[in-house]
Amino acid sequence: MSSTTETRTFRPSSGRGPLSWLGTTDHKRIGILYFWTTLAFFTLGGAESWAIRLQLAQAESSVISEEIYNQVFTMHGLTMVFLVVMPMSAAFFNYLIPLMIGARDVAFPRLNAFSYWVYLFGGIFLYSSFFLGGAPAGAWVGYAPLSTGVAQNMGFYAVGLQLLGVSSLAAAVNFIVTILNMRAPGMTFMRMPVFIWMSLVTNFLLLFAMPIIAVALFMLQFDTLFGAQFFQPATGGDPLLYQHLFWLFGHPEVYIMVLPAMGIVSEILPVGSRKPLFGYAAVVFAGAAIGFIGFGVWAHHMFTTSLGPVPRSAFALTTMFIAVPTGIKIFNWVFTMWGGKIRFTTPMLFSVGFVSMFTIGGLSGVTHAIVPHNAQQHDTYYVVAHFHYVLFGGALFGLIAGMYFWFPKVTGKLMNERLGKWHFWTWLLGFNLTFGPMHMSGLLGQPRRTAVLPAELGGSVELYNLLSTIGVGVLTVSALVFLANLLTSLRSGAPAGDDPWDARTLEWLTASPPAHHNFDTVPTVTERDEFWHRKYAESEDGSMVAVPSGASDGGADDDAEDEHIHMPDASLWPFLACLGLFPFAYGLVFVNPPVIVAGLLWFVIGLFGWIHEPLAEGDDDPVDADTAADHTH
Amino acid sequence: MRGWSSGYAPARRGGSYRHYDPSGSPPENVCARVVIGLPAGRASASRAERESATGDVTLRDSSSPRGQAQRRTRRSTVLTLAAASTLAACSDVGQNALDPAGPFAQAPHDLIIPVAILALVVFVLVQGLVIYTSWRFRQKPGDDALPAQVHGNTKLEIVWTIIPALILAVIAVPTVRGIFELSTEPDGDHLVVEVVGHRWWFEFYYPEHDIYTANELVIPAETPVRLEMTSGDPSRQVSDAVIHSFWIPQLAGKQDIEPGRTTTLNIQADEPGRYLGMCAEFCGLSHANMRIRAVAKTSAEFDAWVEAQTTPAAEPTGELATRGRDLFGDLGDRQACASCHQVWEDGSRSPSQAPDLTHLMSRSEFAGAIHDLTEENLRAWLRDPGSMKAMSYELDGIGMPNLDLSEDEIDALVAYLMTLE
Repeated sequence: MSSTTETRTFRPSSGRGPLSWLGTTDHKRIGILYFWTTLAFFTLGGAESWAIRLQLAQAESSVISEEIYNQVFTMHGLTMVFLVVMPMSAAFFNYLIPLMIGARDVAFPRLNAFSYWVYLFGGIFLYSSFFLGGAPAGAWVGYAPLSTGVAQNMGFYAVGLQLLGVSSLAAAVNFIVTILNMRAPGMTFMRMPVFIWMSLVTNFLLLFAMPIIAVALFMLQFDTLFGAQFFQPATGGDPLLYQHLFWLFGHPEVYIMVLPAMGIVSEILPVGSRKPLFGYAAVVFAGAAIGFIGFGVWAHHMFTTSLGPVPRSAFALTTMFIAVPTGIKIFNWVFTMWGGKIRFTTPMLFSVGFVSMFTIGGLSGVTHAIVPHNAQQHDTYYVVAHFHYVLFGGALFGLIAGMYFWFPKVTGKLMNERLGKWHFWTWLLGFNLTFGPMHMSGLLGQPRRTAVLPAELGGSVELYNLLSTIGVGVLTVSALVFLANLLTSLRSGAPAGDDPWDARTLEWLTASPPAHHNFDTVPTVTERDEFWHRKYAESEDGSMVAVPSGASDGGADDDAEDEHIHMPDASLWPFLACLGLFPFAYGLVFVNPPVIVAGLLWFVIGLFGWIHEPLAEGDDDPVDADTAADHTH
Repeated sequence: MRGWSSGYAPARRGGSYRHYDPSGSPPENVCARVVIGLPAGRASASRAERESATGDVTLRDSSSPRGQAQRRTRRSTVLTLAAASTLAACSDVGQNALDPAGPFAQAPHDLIIPVAILALVVFVLVQGLVIYTSWRFRQKPGDDALPAQVHGNTKLEIVWTIIPALILAVIAVPTVRGIFELSTEPDGDHLVVEVVGHRWWFEFYYPEHDIYTANELVIPAETPVRLEMTSGDPSRQVSDAVIHSFWIPQLAGKQDIEPGRTTTLNIQADEPGRYLGMCAEFCGLSHANMRIRAVAKTSAEFDAWVEAQTTPAAEPTGELATRGRDLFGDLGDRQACASCHQVWEDGSRSPSQAPDLTHLMSRSEFAGAIHDLTEENLRAWLRDPGSMKAMSYELDGIGMPNLDLSEDEIDALVAYLMTLE
């Protein structure tokens, strides 16, 4: 272990300087990195939605050309799915999973850093396409054989999404292992917070879904860049193969985006209602059921393709079936509030907004399953309305609820409630004004992905489009209110204390913000909602009474000597290794073998350094004499 | 950045894209103008105006009892704001999926209405429950006691599992039946038309009559039409073959058109008229400019149309038109029109790479049916096609190149094209 001192010289210390972020392996700091990065990409995605809505505000208008419009709507979809909603969930996974299960970090801290850097670099790579011959313009689904054409710039799509997929896969393995292996003593599966359950399901979905799109993207990349013929019918390829692969990933992907928000809302509604979650087991199993059935509905995205009537019928039935577990969740959420004493704080408002808006998306989803009429709805603005009610009214409302809810834990400060309420009501108004009218414009015949709003669709379609554009204006104002709230609260928010909401789960047991090692003593769990039960006990007549301070038996070890806590070391290697992905990816897109090899070599050398990096602090565990002897020989 | 991005300037799009003649003042959209004062000057000609211009099309009578009944049903199914639904009712139809005009659009419509009503009921109940719960169980000031700690209720769980499942099972039966019914070939006499999707226009071939035409699908009213569709034609141009989707909402739901496969779609118009549609699967640069029209004619008018279409193009008379015909076949060192477009004069017909122009002037629109077929528009098109429709000829050979025609050549070619009736 003599090399320890030498390596420490170039390794970032656990200090707090700006450079320390490059080498951090602290799950909380990585979560914060994820958060700000997604906010930056959200701004870009929002700017793209402005370009789309300005173009469609009036019939036959030409604010931007078809060429630019097609790039912009493609990038809007890619950004919001892969660079905003998914990594925003990852921000919550990172920050909360160890805290909620009573662990000190994730299972593989350096792999965690690796996931973040691949995500960031993948996003930068994708966006650099705007300056390198044009952004991808083949829609976010990238249907072949159109996407293999030179005019669609889909090289960046194939390689960029592949990188983001690697990031998600690595993170999925990490979180699954963390949840399965690192729960605090006594936290059985049925004592896990619902957010942890939904995280587990989501990460299993990622684990099984990402390899499928990886295959599709490899094939697309080979068709696009190297002239393979997987999807070219003229030479025996099959365009429909791409769609099957894409949606076999793409439908679970919908649940990958929504389940974390469902988990967040399942944590906030009980706290806001001061009651436990209604039907914990039902909510958990419904979530798991959604995960399973989610792999069996993919072809409902393909009802208008050359599928015959038998698969159309089969997928209509599974699609209807998946509405059942979703309905179970919605009713359980409402009955969590029923009989409660609801405090409408901002996180609670967003959670109720989630339940309400997601229901609308669910109902329009059921109408998609009516296959004969799906042929009228498919690829129109009716579908655009539907999936924005699911992903914006659903996922994003839930994630924003989570931001307000856990901001005090992350910063030790409260967000401004008055601004928060302004944010919520303008957000709700702007959202419905933007996407509500799209139901109508779609049914009145407006197809999606058209660079022009044809005047021949009629005056009411034009009116609905104008309303949508005005809605984006309201949303923008609302987002600025949120940003102002976020920044001012960061600087000068009121002190929050450790448990501002009278919450139920373990993360509120520790300090706000939590120390580097999260818990001085790892808590022993005896109940679901462990922290709540440490605060309240049941009286003789069955009602809950507060436990006097210091009387809790949960902190039996509190007097124990603060032993040396072993925390993961900081490491620059994940960052350094990931830098090699830039030449690798650009080499692939521009088909330049020497650059590809150089990037790959850089990456492998980075991994080599990573593997051989010794522990900075030395190993605290007593070294077994025999093992040590084996090593020396 | 791209060779073709300079080929069309966005600015030319503004103002009057469809009406190239700036002196033409399209009628304002009354409906929208009354309600919110939309700037209506940009709107193109309403359907009525175009129909009166083409002459041979009858407006469907929207004041008929059936039309009124449909509008009532439509209004009751609107899921958005009450005010918005009122506006929908005064819509000037366009390509309205809520206004079926034939049995293959009516069947899905009849299926969705009860489902939409059911969804509306569930919507009202759930949202009502959310709002009621939020109001009734809000924390009153000063009330800090904890509520009863209820953990769940198995009976309720079973109820809200079983009831939605039953509702869905009931919906599933007619859905599956509808899927099978719509996919079968119509009984009895029906017309078969082969559809080929190109970037960015539709080609129609009538095998029974050996007719090629583009953009406007002429069909007999009250007769089922079976479309047999495929995309591109590798023997003509490999990169042309991508996925499209055929969609005329008033006649049927959409059906994708896939290269290497043949898909089928039944359509039927119950009354003569002009029905609007668009390609509904993103197919690249000019996807928005790939429109379809179905022109339903009475059987007598349809027979007359077939008669005219099966007659070869007449020999042009007049010096200018004759010179145009020569230019059509030979532009010197530039690519000739005839290398892509066909004008059938004798012998057998065959498909061409670009729209068949034999009876060009029998159609009322061109360029993917985004421009009215007028002399001015034709002239502007020949001068610089890229300024009127986004195309990528220089990059991947899709679309029409700018042939650098002189004004004299344009005069001659337009004179010739105008004879192709």
